[in-house]
Amino acid sequence: MGGAYRLELSGVTKAFPGVLANDHVSFAVRPGAIHALLGENGAGKSTLVKMIYGVLHPDEGEIRIDGRAVHIPNPRAARAMGIGMVFQHFSLFEALTVLENIALGLDERLSPADLERRIREVMARYGLALDPHRTVSTLSVGERQRIEIVRALLLDPKLLIMDEPTSVLTPQEVTQLFGTLRTLAAGGCSILYISHKLHEIKALCDAATILRGGKVVGECVPAAESSRSMAEMMIGGSLKDISKGEGRAPGAEKFVVEGLSLRGTGDFDVALKDVRFSVRAGEILGIAGVAGNGQNELVLALSGETPGAAAAVTLDGKAIGALGIGERRALGLAAVPEERNGHGAVPGFSLADNAILTVRGRKGLVRHGVIAGGKARAYAEEVIRAFGVKATGPGAAAGSLSGGNLQKFIMGREVLTVPEVLIVSQPTWGVDAGAAAAIHQALVDLAERGSAIVVISQDLDELLALSDSLAVINEGRLSPKRAIRDISIDEIGLLMGGVHGEAEAHHG
Amino acid sequence: MVELEKRKEASAAMVYLTPLIAVALTMAVGALVFSVLGYDGPAAVWAMFVEPLIDPGKWQDLGLKAAPLVMIAVGLSIGFRANVWNIGAEGQYVVGGLAGTGVALATWHLDGGWWVLPLMFVAGAVAGAAWAAIPAFLRTRLNVSEILSSLMLTYVAIQLLYWLMNGPWKDPDGFNFPQSRLFQDFQTLPYISGMGYLNVPLAFLIALLVWFVMAKTSFGFQVRTVGAAPQAARYGGFSQERTVWWSLMIGGGLAGLAGIFEAAGPFGQMVPQFPTGYGFTAIIVAFLGRLHPIGIVILGGLVLAVTYVGGESAQATLGLPSAATGVFQAMLLFFLLATDILITHRLRFGRSSEGRA
Repeated sequence: MGGAYRLELSGVTKAFPGVLANDHVSFAVRPGAIHALLGENGAGKSTLVKMIYGVLHPDEGEIRIDGRAVHIPNPRAARAMGIGMVFQHFSLFEALTVLENIALGLDERLSPADLERRIREVMARYGLALDPHRTVSTLSVGERQRIEIVRALLLDPKLLIMDEPTSVLTPQEVTQLFGTLRTLAAGGCSILYISHKLHEIKALCDAATILRGGKVVGECVPAAESSRSMAEMMIGGSLKDISKGEGRAPGAEKFVVEGLSLRGTGDFDVALKDVRFSVRAGEILGIAGVAGNGQNELVLALSGETPGAAAAVTLDGKAIGALGIGERRALGLAAVPEERNGHGAVPGFSLADNAILTVRGRKGLVRHGVIAGGKARAYAEEVIRAFGVKATGPGAAAGSLSGGNLQKFIMGREVLTVPEVLIVSQPTWGVDAGAAAAIHQALVDLAERGSAIVVISQDLDELLALSDSLAVINEGRLSPKRAIRDISIDEIGLLMGGVHGEAEAHHG
Repeated sequence: MVELEKRKEASAAMVYLTPLIAVALTMAVGALVFSVLGYDGPAAVWAMFVEPLIDPGKWQDLGLKAAPLVMIAVGLSIGFRANVWNIGAEGQYVVGGLAGTGVALATWHLDGGWWVLPLMFVAGAVAGAAWAAIPAFLRTRLNVSEILSSLMLTYVAIQLLYWLMNGPWKDPDGFNFPQSRLFQDFQTLPYISGMGYLNVPLAFLIALLVWFVMAKTSFGFQVRTVGAAPQAARYGGFSQERTVWWSLMIGGGLAGLAGIFEAAGPFGQMVPQFPTGYGFTAIIVAFLGRLHPIGIVILGGLVLAVTYVGGESAQATLGLPSAATGVFQAMLLFFLLATDILITHRLRFGRSSEGRA
């Protein structure tokens, strides 16, 4: 029967209390194929691959490997069957070397010399450059991912599962990774590639299975589709384009940062080094960079959560660098941090209370120290309506919303105050394509009304679509900003990887 | 087999039910333990938990015991909401009582004055707050855990009390007993017949006020935010430091006020036996009342007052040791903390549901 397939799923179903995560999912992957699993957050991709890797067990349905029905009790058994997986989040010990980390993750015990020989073999075969004796803390994210890949390849897998592998990589690292994966596939290994980055899937994958709401809603050959058509299959609707008004002429310099430096608190913390940029009224500045290069510190320093030297930050000519977040808000500076639960919002509080959290001053939700509950509810209601937040109402706990909906609420909460300056980190992280478009449009509209906007994101596509100008952050240094039409993807990639070029001279 | 299974959502019903379950378990295990020890267990539980409630003659006692517990507990609950763990209310209570006594002794030779009693209250509250400001300072400046510093200051306060009773404040006409002069009439809380002293209605008013502050004001919002999500509180522009200071000082202030209310009410003087453990018991009261002022009054204050009153009568009628009250109170807290897991988990009887193959 299905002997031609490396992996075959038929009718796989998995329910969690209250959710049907996978509903009779069936698809098949041929040997040597790179097969994409495509879907929005919450579509059921992770649950599905966790079942293939033995972390979860299906309630119903069958998984066949090379035509044989198998039961996979745990990841160890999966590895024994030749199934490898590279997770989105790495499990590495920072203080140990590459070799030690790989040895720790291996099921069999090998002598260090044997292991090193095999590691070098694998690396040579797939063109993965990595010194086995380097300490992990000195490695870039891309290099760390290579450790995980080598760890999986040592098992000589027949099927390799990659969970959103490129979300932390620079464009150059992505190209390298794709080279490795293609070599691997050419050698007969099947690859199950999970992502929602459509152009990558178009470039890499032979086939794609699209999931929505736990069900398979389509199969396609990515090369024959457009990114847009795949996105529409993913969300089950049509996408709207961002409409940038043509008459948008940047105004006067509104938000200026000069010589902003911050010392790191921990050994592995990245501080900020002499960051300088300016944003005009009506301008959207994008800040690109690989995660962990100082983005979080930058958001905290700009928002006022960690105040610093007064002259480092000016808003409309007024030095605000020493002011706290409350005072900056009163002057019209709003910020949205990357983490929503517990930072941008209090999960246990209602949406109305979460409105009080940040806009109580600008929207007059507190009078003489007493909370105006009715006004808070009305404002939360307004945000819910304007941004299409799916929630039972202003009384719903923030923690009960899905990540994307909570993000819409937080963005809406800040945008509707019409701030002079808006600092946003990862505005659409984990948000479905439809909602992302709405958030992008809201940012563009806000800029048109004369606000200065800073968008910090790891999603280059987002930045390219949204920004008027772009700068790149690497190890706490920010490159000079460039107009978006004057900068190429290659340049951005080099800057993300830490090649500063003219920026070096600037910092010299 | 019984298993604990995580609930998908925290159970709202269990938030209210577990305090009742804890009371029921305390009664059951208490009856068992005291039976094994050779007492009449069921009678002890009856005397401890039921008699004070059905005997109208004891209701006034209940109010008198509940009043300081409620006052201290609502103060502590503010801090607990913000993850500020002041467990030294006993010391703040003692220092408050001492400061008020100081005012009383300094004005003892006057013939009255309406302002004396209010001044005693102010002195008590300010002293309690000042005593709690020490842990606040240590925590915000030197990062010293307020749990340790507030607890240890309790023993300092008690030693201060002993010293004053045996030295400077000893009653000159008191046959060398280590206690202060009896307060004058104008230094004593008015007695309201059928209700006890003025501190009983005041305690309930204060609980109501704290409820309003916590639920309706931006200060209460700040405290709740700092406790629920410190990072979000910072993002919201709330200062963690200021929250630590205020919540400790309000807690200390209310404990100090409760102290002078006790000294100027039921005691009518200052004695070495003044610290009776209200400051510690109030921690149980606060948790039994779910850190909510109304819950603290209705459930926490009442139940613990019942154990105090019932414990005294059980000592007299059944010969129970005086430590029995403490044993019951401790069991109550223990069972409450243990059963709280039912809010986030449910019990599952029977075979495990996880698929095995």
